[in-house]
Amino acid sequence: MTMLTSLARALAAERGRAELIRTVRHVHLSPRPLVFIPLELAGEANGPLAALVGDDPEKPHLLTISEPRNRTQRFAWAADLAAIVLPYIDSFADADIGEDEAYQDAPQLLVPNPGGLGFTRLLGRSTRFRRTQGEYAVPESVPLLGRWLTFFAERSEVPASSLILSMTDALTAHWATGQSAMEDGHLAALLAWIDPPAGMTGAEAALAAEDPGKWPPAGPATHPDFDNDVLEGRVRAVRSAADAGDEGGLNRAQAGFAAALRSQLEPTWSLMWQGVELLRGLREADYLGKRWERDRWSFSGHVRRLADDGAPQARRDNAVRAAQRLSSLERDQQFIDVQAAFEDPLVMAEQRMSGEAFAGSAVEVLADRTDDTGKRTVPRPWVTIATADGVLIEVGKKVKVVRATGTRQDAIVRIVEPGDEAGAERGVGTTAVTVELTSGMGRKKTPEPGGVPAVGEFLIATTLTGDFQPSPKWPEKEETPWTHGGPPPEYVPNDEDAGEAWS
Amino acid sequence: MPDPVDARLDRLRGRANPRRHNARTISALATNPGCARRALMDASGADKNLIAEHTGYKAPFGQSNFAIIRGNAFESQVKENGAAPLLGLLRDHLRLPIEEAGYHDFNEALGNDANEVRYARTRQVLTSADKNQGTLFDHPLLRLKIAGRHAYLEPDLIAFQLHGQFHIVEIKSFSVIDGQADPAKVAAAAIQSAVYVHALRDLLGGDPEQVHHQTVLVAPENFSSRPVVTGIDVRKQLTVISRQLARIGRIDELLEKFPEDLTFDLDPAPGADAAPRRDPDDLLSAVRQVEASYAPECLSTCELCYLCRDEARGTTAALGKTVRDDFGGIEFVASALNLARGSAPAPDREEVAAQLRHGSALRTEILGETL
Repeated sequence: MTMLTSLARALAAERGRAELIRTVRHVHLSPRPLVFIPLELAGEANGPLAALVGDDPEKPHLLTISEPRNRTQRFAWAADLAAIVLPYIDSFADADIGEDEAYQDAPQLLVPNPGGLGFTRLLGRSTRFRRTQGEYAVPESVPLLGRWLTFFAERSEVPASSLILSMTDALTAHWATGQSAMEDGHLAALLAWIDPPAGMTGAEAALAAEDPGKWPPAGPATHPDFDNDVLEGRVRAVRSAADAGDEGGLNRAQAGFAAALRSQLEPTWSLMWQGVELLRGLREADYLGKRWERDRWSFSGHVRRLADDGAPQARRDNAVRAAQRLSSLERDQQFIDVQAAFEDPLVMAEQRMSGEAFAGSAVEVLADRTDDTGKRTVPRPWVTIATADGVLIEVGKKVKVVRATGTRQDAIVRIVEPGDEAGAERGVGTTAVTVELTSGMGRKKTPEPGGVPAVGEFLIATTLTGDFQPSPKWPEKEETPWTHGGPPPEYVPNDEDAGEAWS
Repeated sequence: MPDPVDARLDRLRGRANPRRHNARTISALATNPGCARRALMDASGADKNLIAEHTGYKAPFGQSNFAIIRGNAFESQVKENGAAPLLGLLRDHLRLPIEEAGYHDFNEALGNDANEVRYARTRQVLTSADKNQGTLFDHPLLRLKIAGRHAYLEPDLIAFQLHGQFHIVEIKSFSVIDGQADPAKVAAAAIQSAVYVHALRDLLGGDPEQVHHQTVLVAPENFSSRPVVTGIDVRKQLTVISRQLARIGRIDELLEKFPEDLTFDLDPAPGADAAPRRDPDDLLSAVRQVEASYAPECLSTCELCYLCRDEARGTTAALGKTVRDDFGGIEFVASALNLARGSAPAPDREEVAAQLRHGSALRTEILGETL
């Protein structure tokens, strides 16, 4: 976090309402996302208990397991989930496309919080290696679901990918509340700050939202009081009706069990769609068009991969793939940081706070200045910007100058002159920075019209350049050096993975 | 003659059954060594959970029976037949040259004597153990010096001894999946193990060589209940624990700041349920005499967190460490906002005040608002 976010938190605390910390939306939102709220049994590793899932706010599907430790029921539950998730995914892959094409749109999963992402990843892990024939056969859709959930979970690590989003993460990326980041992890309290009910401050609403009776946890963990006071009894009722062979009683007990879990899930369901509406209220940043395009390509590639051989993703990346992936994630992140700053003045403001960018009016422009030391005489105008921002950029450093129109030109910092207090009071800034423009003026000796800012124009200069960084060279998988374990063995599906315990 | 500090602490606790420290309370205290309220309550063994509930600030956490059942089942599975499955795991992990090992369960051996007596007996058994025969000691009673006083711990752990060197073994029920577990849970287990290593070294006379810094975590593998062993190097956590324990003020000095008659007694009704009868406001004002040091992290570790959070409203600490640090340690949100609005700062606040004014100016420029 930064000073600006902290300041926004302080203001939110004072005003009793969350403050926007972004001017545009930095996630893509599908017009038809699939909301997925999983619950797991306490103490179990990814032991599903229930889920509420669907792409229509009016029609959530409730899936429960009344005997949570039973392996057959778990796989039946996974198959029920697949029966909703897979048709949803397929509905985006229905067109005939060529090898070098991507589908028009892609699916989008929304989970409540980072725990929901973790659950998705583990559910993918525990189902993708299963076999549909032989000794440990599971329904055909189960391993396919696993390969899809694994795909979504892996994409969640890619900067600015929106194929799967955690709602608390998406909301806290755009709003600062008057509570701590830790308390923001509670979806109901977070939304209470952002969008309090009429007649209440965010602070009051957040306090009320901490009542687990009214707003149960958004999962995957259930509230211990619910487990001990309600769930335990319902599980017992189902068990004793099953033991007694009482079919009517079993139906009633199972209905009671499902109703209890529905009560824990439905409040979160409405919060998820409230979050969607709030996020939709923000205009999407332009750079996300390109990022979503990448998501669509990635999705299309996975559809093709599953159609070709469909082997499950490895348990762990081999050394080369891990290094490639990490490097590409880092380069993506740098690229996104720059794009976000150029499109969102509040993000750029963080650069300005840190001294890596500054903004202000052009106070002096030497538009006719040229450089004739090279083969060709080139325009090299000097522009002096008066800024109130603290400038930590040194002379000689390359910067990008962002014009009022949004166009960006390269420049080099030539003079940094600290201003005086009197200047600050007149509002013309405390520092005068002179930069030499080096691009965006055409190929002639004199700059093209508009190629040089006029006196009075508002300019931002930043060390964020966003210039293309070539990818490092990586060895082929077969040439993994011995320092990294040598070439990894090929994955061969085996009985042990297919029959792995899951209970 | 009873120790005067003990008498004061007994008085503070009142008629409630004393709550014993465990590794979790120690690591919670160690993460917030500046909290006098927690230090006093824990030293006196007051029931923070009941106090929180009676004053209207019921703690936001508890434990699910499902998790308890699962944890107990896993533990007894590993310890069945005199801990034979555990020994098998340790043999592979520590490359033990032995076929068999003894198993000594202090739970059965110590009975209900006073802590001091049980501690002395534990020490006697541990120090006189046959060095050439491996032995698993289950539930040893350990002791730790906190705030100048001894706190007794009865941890759920096994100390394995061979050739005079001990290994701390902890059995946890969170899963290790493809070699990875929930980092928060591993971190908590590591700090707990470090507390035990510290206490056990103390018991054995302080020689660090006698207790290995590599502790042994036994947890279910992947999605099964098959146990898998992982070694955790807790040297870093040991340094943290020692430093933090040293930072907790001495209890006797702390007690001097408060009136003799201060008590957190709940005035329990006679009978089995011992319902608290003390006026909640009266109890609250007693609690409030002792200063707390609230941080949002308390929400997951301390039963009194809602009470302290309520008091901390309006402070920068309540918004989290990042905010407090960004504001250069300014205590109140209102003071920080005043500086952002241009009020004159104290000489030592000039730098942060300039930052706050800068932030405020940027908001005005971009959002068109005036703070």
